[in-house]
This record gives sequence, C-alpha cells and structure tokens, in this order.
Amino acid sequence: MTGGLLFASVGVILFAMGVAGVLLLGHLLRRILAFNIMGSGTFLVLVALAQRNGIADPVPQAMVLTGIVVAVAATALALALARRLYVLTGKLELSQDDEE
Amino acid sequence: MKRLLVVLGAVCLVVLLLGAMHDLAPASVELHAAVATNLTASGVEHPVTAVLLNFRGYDTLLEIAVLLLALIVILAIGMDATISAEATVDVRPLVNPVLQTLAKLVVPLMILVAVYLLWAGSFRPGGAFQAGAVLAAAAVLLHLAELLPSWQSPGVKLRLGLAGGFLIFLAVGAVSLMQGALLEYPLEQAGALILLIESGLTVSLGLILAGLFLLLSRDDGETS
Repeated sequence: MTGGLLFASVGVILFAMGVAGVLLLGHLLRRILAFNIMGSGTFLVLVALAQRNGIADPVPQAMVLTGIVVAVAATALALALARRLYVLTGKLELSQDDEE
Repeated sequence: MKRLLVVLGAVCLVVLLLGAMHDLAPASVELHAAVATNLTASGVEHPVTAVLLNFRGYDTLLEIAVLLLALIVILAIGMDATISAEATVDVRPLVNPVLQTLAKLVVPLMILVAVYLLWAGSFRPGGAFQAGAVLAAAAVLLHLAELLPSWQSPGVKLRLGLAGGFLIFLAVGAVSLMQGALLEYPLEQAGALILLIESGLTVSLGLILAGLFLLLSRDDGETS
C-alpha cells in the first residue's frame, strides 16, 4: 500500500464517519461538524488518489482548495441558519415528525 | 435499531470504497503532464496557481461568487437586531491587556505574511486564498481582543471591498470574452492580469471570511 492509498483510505473512513454522524446526530451543531468531517474526507481522497503514482497532480489540488473555501462558506451559512432557528424556536434540533 | 443500521451501512460503505480504490485503473488523462506543458503560457510559475486562475479560472470566479452569495444570505437572515444579548450567551474571553498587546503586535505581521503569500503564489505554494485566510484571521483576532467591533450593517466602502474581488474578476472575464474566450488571457499580460485578480481576491476574501465571523458575532459594536 503506497502513501497515497493510505491517505485515501483514511479519507474514506472520515467520509463514512461523517455520513453516520449526519444521519445519527440530532444536535444541529454536531451535524454541521459531521458534515465538515465528510467534506474533509472527500478532499483527502481527492488529493491522495491524484498522487498515488508518486507525482502530485495540481488540478485536484486546485479543486480541493476551491472546495475548502466553498465548504467554509457553506458552514458559515449553516451556522447562521441554525442560529436563526435557535432564535425562532429556542431549539437547536430539527423536529422529528417525519419519523412516523 | 436505527443507530445499528447506520453504523452497519457506514462500515459497508468503507469496505466498498476501499475495495474500489484498491484496484483502481490508472488515470486515462494525464492532467499533470498537460499542466506542465502549458505552464509557460499561463503567466505564473506555480502549477496550482496556474490551474486556479488560468486553466480553470471560471471555477475560481464561481467560488468567489458562492462566497459572496453566502455572505449576502447571512446578511439577509442574520440582520435581526432583536436577537441580541438575552438570546445568546457571551462566550468571548475576558479582555486582558496581554491578548490586546499580542494582537496589536501580531496583526501587522499577519498583514505582511498575507502580502508575501499573495506574491509567492506565482512561483511557490501560496496565493489569494491563503492570503485572504490570514487577513481574515487577523480581523477575527482583533475582534476577539475587542479592538475591532462587530459589523452591524456594512457601509458603502465595506460593500465595495466585499464585492470588489468578484467585480474585478468579472470585469477581466468580460473583457477577455469580448476578445476571444472567457478568462483566456493574452500571453504577455497573463502574469499582470493574474496578479490584479489575485490582489482583488485577497482583499475581498479576507473581508468576506472575516465578515462571516464578524457579522454573526453580536456585541454592542457600532455600525461600520
């Protein structure tokens, strides 16, 4: 197993942890964090797989750089929405009425 | 039950993806070779900067547009002054002279680092995003040390600063569209155009990223 593949495996595990977190956690702040872990896993897979032959590929690196900045914007937006929800309802959880 | 199912599903996903990655076919397109061949025509010497601002410039254009959009939405939903102090708990550290002095000493250095990163982007790792992030961190540090009030409602100058990077980028794109293709720079001016776009991006990114924090942070700051 080369270094690139090892990093990509870690990225896959992070992604799966993030997916489980988004599905399982009720608290919105934790859910946003899980979403970020998912994103970090994706970035790691992208960068690691691109250099599995030992040559760094600048194209995925540039894409990941773009992705990181967009993820920051998305996180800030999610936090603002969560805060608005807290102000309006006093809760930081989504209602569970879709369970039935 | 649901927890067990989700964990099982996640483990299956990991196994599947690991298996898929293990016998991955070699890439059909050698992108790094293509980048290396065209690097001389890009106007910069660092491949990542060349990809970001020349070969795939429209991605970066859309990215700054997305950031600006996120900030506008935050302004739209977050500008409710009534949510103030009762609803939120103040978790900022107590103001102390050590933090304030440190912030005053470090912030000029951070601005210097940002300018260096911007300049270094053309020939080594660095560029507008890293520089913008350092600028934003400086603003957040100043805010946490209570040297910079939070932004209640951006004024005209601040709005220009926030949108400036995107507008410069858009103007360059429009001019290049008239002369040929979108964001296809003429060979001799490519370096200067990229530096112009990156400078605008640095200022705007720094302000936007700082704004994402300072607009959401509520204190008794004054209108800027």
